[in-house]
Amino acid sequence: MAGSGKAHLRDEADTILRVEDLNVEFPAGRGRTVYAVSGISFDIAKGETLGLVGESGCGKSTTGKAILQLPRPTSGSVRVKGNDLAAMDPESMRQARTGVQMIFQDPISSLNPRRMIGDIVAEPLAVWGPHDEDKQWPIVANMLDAVGIDPDVARYKRSHEFSGGQCQRISIARALVMEPELIICDEPVSALDVSVQAQILNMLEDLKAQYGLTLVFIAHDLAVVKNISDRVAVMYLGKMCEISESNELYDNPAHPYTALLLGSIPVPDPMANIDDVLGDEGELPSPLAPPSGCRFRTRCPLADEMCARVEPQMRRVSDDHYVACHHPLVSADPVGDPSSEVTISL
Amino acid sequence: MTDVGTDSDRLTRAEHNEPLLEVIDLKTHFQVEGGIVKAVDGVSFTLDRGKTLGIVGESGSGKTVLSRSIMRLITAPNVITHGEVRYDGRDLVTKSSREMKAYWGVEMAMVFQDPMTSLNPVVKVGRQMTEHIRHHLGVSKSEARATAIELLKSVRIPEPEVRIDNYPHEMSGGMRQRVCIAIALACGPKMLFADEPTTALDVTVQHQILNLLRQQQKDRFMTMIMVTHDLGVVAGRTDEIAVMYAGKVVEKAPTNQLFADMRHPYTQALLWSIPKVSQPKHTRLNAIAGRPPDLISPPSGCSFSPRCPYAQEKCHIEEPPLTAGAAPGHQFACWYPVGSPENEAAWERNLAAGVPQTLAAAGKLTATEELLETINLADDTSDHEGAGA
Repeated sequence: MAGSGKAHLRDEADTILRVEDLNVEFPAGRGRTVYAVSGISFDIAKGETLGLVGESGCGKSTTGKAILQLPRPTSGSVRVKGNDLAAMDPESMRQARTGVQMIFQDPISSLNPRRMIGDIVAEPLAVWGPHDEDKQWPIVANMLDAVGIDPDVARYKRSHEFSGGQCQRISIARALVMEPELIICDEPVSALDVSVQAQILNMLEDLKAQYGLTLVFIAHDLAVVKNISDRVAVMYLGKMCEISESNELYDNPAHPYTALLLGSIPVPDPMANIDDVLGDEGELPSPLAPPSGCRFRTRCPLADEMCARVEPQMRRVSDDHYVACHHPLVSADPVGDPSSEVTISL
Repeated sequence: MTDVGTDSDRLTRAEHNEPLLEVIDLKTHFQVEGGIVKAVDGVSFTLDRGKTLGIVGESGSGKTVLSRSIMRLITAPNVITHGEVRYDGRDLVTKSSREMKAYWGVEMAMVFQDPMTSLNPVVKVGRQMTEHIRHHLGVSKSEARATAIELLKSVRIPEPEVRIDNYPHEMSGGMRQRVCIAIALACGPKMLFADEPTTALDVTVQHQILNLLRQQQKDRFMTMIMVTHDLGVVAGRTDEIAVMYAGKVVEKAPTNQLFADMRHPYTQALLWSIPKVSQPKHTRLNAIAGRPPDLISPPSGCSFSPRCPYAQEKCHIEEPPLTAGAAPGHQFACWYPVGSPENEAAWERNLAAGVPQTLAAAGKLTATEELLETINLADDTSDHEGAGA
């Protein structure tokens, strides 16, 4: 978004995660504030994969971490199966959070180089039980097996003895060992070679089916996100621009920023058009002082005076396709709820 | 500066349209504790003036070492270099670093992968640019500064007069990469190496930088080598592509020819393993079984054979040479090239015999089974080595 609004949220009974009005701000010294995530809302149905895409600095990783309360968001609610993690006291939040796990970008640095793989994967169990090591190992071995690592070979080895792809699989095993319902994957394949990347993506799909997982998949590679996601949310400078079912988003982008992103993808086809796309020239503004109104307006080829003044709200394009833009590229319903106030930010 | 050849001699070469760069059986090996790493192992190609060659491969395929070897940037004592690099008729491999100074910046320049670390963080970008303009072109301080501002303008940095006095940390990643490009272009090189120039950048910035490079190349009639792991980056932007695997070129062809009719199983596997936006969501990816080979003791025969779905016994024993195909300029190193009847027969044979990487490529294994095969494959390779030794 460039905008706010909740028109795209679904009935809460069907969703496993519902994030509303999430704000994450960081102090930047000298009284300044970084507005990393500003008023975004989204939900995820059980068994669904939601892709979060955007350029670096758009707040996609911050959003992923805010779901896990790392750190706690400045304001807003994060409801996992109806329980608001953001409103809980630290101890009950810690317990409720076991059902949500995370996989990080750099597989090598996310494993402690001095600990053995068997212990790393058993660590969540050491905290939450079973505390008996003899009971932990079968669970750990089972998980390592599920991610294609030979448990008996790996048990007493350390991370430097494995390749990047293998380390990422070990990280996935560590996340799975708590039998989570929701896994936040923060750029899980961007540090890997293309051939290994395909192995991990295929494996995530299989594990998802096998364990009934729900995924939040954060990545900057739009082709990867389309491949794995059921729905995709596009973020720009801490706001959500557009959220849609994946095929629909890539076929009919409604937000000019989505169109810019899609037009910039290098396509492995020598006949593809590689000329400049609209809005190509600009640079990401500073999140210390985001533009007024629609945050994308400084790069947007369609921006006018209204975009500087009024922040666009989420509006429906078609079933399961919503956009926050005053001048969408495909026709959209007028802002649905007449009672929803029009925000004038900054 | 005199050692790059006399003007008349070079003019004749240019008039006769002789290639700017000829690489003949180049080998760059590193002597390390565990043995010899054959990072580049016998690469040959020629590159005509004003053309762009894309070098594609995964990490460890030797693509970066190749480009740096051509520029003679790899000179540590444990490096063994064989072969010839003829730049405009002169062999560079025998030149010392001192002699190479006449080439660097003026004749050939490089844009590196990481714009965050390739600039000096404590020196203003202006001085980093004027330093070698003054050294090579012998101009005054103020002239060099004026040239630098012009260069910043040509790489489309807004307010170049202000930006020239910035430190690198005051610029975004995309802007820093523009500065690196401006530095590389400063002395008007005839040959530009771009080593993963956009890997560290966002997709929109990547698009800007690639188009900028294309424009500059056209304006200045530069010859370019673009090194990347991304087939998408080179698809529309190169005249020729060389695909590298385990230190060797396994396939080389004019870009359109390569995409229309790829013959090497690795090239095919590489293209198939990438998710594409044109495919619907949840399209099953054709992952390549196994992982890249160990360059200290590469597999015997064809180095791709342990991962290749078409591999036959011959592939494990005998290394295929890089041979010319039917189309002009198309070369590949494979005993059973894709699209040939031998290839189809090999596929059928492997499928019937239940060769794991063939089953995986046919989509008959789950991802976990594929991954477990990876481990078995790795074990197999070490067995082969044991038997060979």
